[in-house]
Amino acid sequence: MKNMLTIISNALCRITGKNVAAQTVSEGARVVVSRSYADFTPQATFDIKKCEVHRLEEGPAGKAELTREQGLQYYRTMQTIRRMELRADQLYKQKIIRGFCHLYDGQEACAVGIESAINPSDHLITAYRSHGYTYTRGVSVKEILAELTGRKGGVAKGKGGSMHMYAPHFYGGNGIVGAQIPLGAGIALACQYQGNNQVCVTLYGDGAANQGQLFESFNMAALWKLPCIFICENNRYGMGTSVERASASTDYYMRGDFIPGIRVDGMDVLCVREATKFAADHCRAGKGPIVMELQTYRYHGHSMSDPGVSYRTREEIQEVRSKSDPISLLKERMLSSNMASAEEFKVIDVEIRKEVEEAAQFATSDPEPPLEELCNHIFYNEAPIEVRGTNPWSKLKSVS
Amino acid sequence: MAALRCFLRSGKGAVSVLLRRELHATAPASAQVMVRDALNQAMDEELERDERVFLLGEEVAQYDGAYKVSRGLWKKYGDKRIIDTPITEVMCDSVLAPPPQAGLRPICEFMTFNFSMQAIDQVINSAAKTYYMSAGLQPVPIVFRGPNGASAGVAAQHSQCFAAWYGHCPGLKVISPWSAEDCKGLLKSAIRDDNPVVFLENELMYGVPFEMSEEAQSKDFTIPIGKAKIERPGSHITLVSHSRFVGHCLDAAAVLAKEGIECEVINLRTIRPLDVECIEGSVMKTNHLVTVEGGWPQFGVGAEICARIMEGPAFNYLDAPAVRVTGVDIPMPYAKILEDNSIPQIKDIIFSVKKTLNV
Repeated sequence: MKNMLTIISNALCRITGKNVAAQTVSEGARVVVSRSYADFTPQATFDIKKCEVHRLEEGPAGKAELTREQGLQYYRTMQTIRRMELRADQLYKQKIIRGFCHLYDGQEACAVGIESAINPSDHLITAYRSHGYTYTRGVSVKEILAELTGRKGGVAKGKGGSMHMYAPHFYGGNGIVGAQIPLGAGIALACQYQGNNQVCVTLYGDGAANQGQLFESFNMAALWKLPCIFICENNRYGMGTSVERASASTDYYMRGDFIPGIRVDGMDVLCVREATKFAADHCRAGKGPIVMELQTYRYHGHSMSDPGVSYRTREEIQEVRSKSDPISLLKERMLSSNMASAEEFKVIDVEIRKEVEEAAQFATSDPEPPLEELCNHIFYNEAPIEVRGTNPWSKLKSVS
Repeated sequence: MAALRCFLRSGKGAVSVLLRRELHATAPASAQVMVRDALNQAMDEELERDERVFLLGEEVAQYDGAYKVSRGLWKKYGDKRIIDTPITEVMCDSVLAPPPQAGLRPICEFMTFNFSMQAIDQVINSAAKTYYMSAGLQPVPIVFRGPNGASAGVAAQHSQCFAAWYGHCPGLKVISPWSAEDCKGLLKSAIRDDNPVVFLENELMYGVPFEMSEEAQSKDFTIPIGKAKIERPGSHITLVSHSRFVGHCLDAAAVLAKEGIECEVINLRTIRPLDVECIEGSVMKTNHLVTVEGGWPQFGVGAEICARIMEGPAFNYLDAPAVRVTGVDIPMPYAKILEDNSIPQIKDIIFSVKKTLNV
């Protein structure tokens, strides 16, 4: 009975977002859960690593509150991303996924922490390591895996692939390193123009942090006080190049110079959440942009063609896995505070495994997009046009 | 010689060349409008019509535009709608790629299209391809506009024609207008279009006045993208051109008419999609084709037209190979005599026509 209610609650949280948990409790903070399982702690406060700050009087608080429902939801979401990425790894090795595949396992706390601190009506744009964000922004595992396998049931009908998945208020998935940063500032400009109190989270990596267009974006965002949260996911390696070999300064949270910055433990979902909340409040208050550096780690190589061990040691990867894994960290916190039981987590794991397996089944069996659709979606809101095929006698049709 | 001539036209579009001007007697309430003012009117009307439209670029606001095309707009619409940017083409252009996805309709001015190379990745990879990559989830209604091609004495880095570069890419519409009417009608269509449009103006044309009919002056006057216009009908040979060189073709046609050669002059208006049907129809009538452009020959607009004619029904109607008149295949030099001889002159068009007709 207990487990069943938990499952329902978690499903609700996953579908409708983080606030459901709070709403089932109350609109405020510390209130006893009406649906209380006498065995479990409904809410607890945890110490989180204090963030280093740049050009800020103070940063996010060193403590974070977590309700049982939130914890289970974060766990479920992170575990889903983890299992989805690992399944993609298998599909790639079976050559069912082809081309580029940049996996996110190890970095789950970033995507989940950020999403838990913003609203669905806020905006988010990232680079090519995007499957995690595609999920947190509302696309199902089924549609993500089917896009990776290039089937018509994929979120972009098989036409985009790994790096080009989109959803409302989620602008991909961008293949050109750093190009998404000015786009993100542009979205923030649109938020300001429309006066809708929304923010844009603009993500980039430690590799992209040396791109000129980042600094152009910093300038304009600061000049016009755009509500843009620039977030550097520093996973220590830009492809095969460590941060020390790439950057004259590895203090990525300070690289915005005149823009305030926060350095965050990217392996702790609560730390990421609190920092993102702080950053979002900063932007919504009209103070202009802010930079966050999330110190995180990817277990896989840069992409599926990179084993990931020629430029770093297996020992290093193992150490991060055993000491800083984001999912384990959260689980241990909840177990040691008696916020949930090991069995509950097992049940969640089993459900996720089932969901991911069904999605993989779909992604493998769904047909590829029909050839008639090859030329569609060149233009929007347009009468059908003729498109030249590979030879002059091949006249193909394109509809909007 | 050609520079001193002045030409009268029947129908729309009187062209005055350099020193002398003549008013052409057309319908009442038509007016002489400079290309610059036609562009200004187009933007003014579209800014008024739709709150989501805004203009962004270097010096477009308080300076009234580097070439004064946006004169008066900042005074009228203010900081929110007319935005001065720092010198950051990438940012300038890509700041404008997602606002479309987020609901706005930006006009991005490049001070010249030469600078667009700094941001060309965003034009192609973030604007042109996005609707396709997202399978219809993310349309990008944006206009990139500015002067394109050779100016006068601005040397190699400021004189390149980008019609072929942008015309190469699916997902973009590329417009290259000539007259004031073209500019107004096509810019309005471009702004109203829900797709990324590259709008290639010409600096030397900004100050040239054209006759504009009353209809063309109205607030709802638009010209469909993708349709060429026959500026001058003729029966002996087809001249196809875009932008400033349409004027050169008309000048050449006037000279040739005195010798009994009647040229049909087609103003492409749009580079992509190319109005091949118009060209084919004309070639099937005249049996001869010469293309004229300011850009370099290799892989250019003329090359594409010739290839399409070869592949289509009009090939069988050609009595001579189709040829191209283009800019010389060199970076643009500075000295006046060198520059003048780097782009097609009227005598080059006349020469090519006579060679093609074997006269």
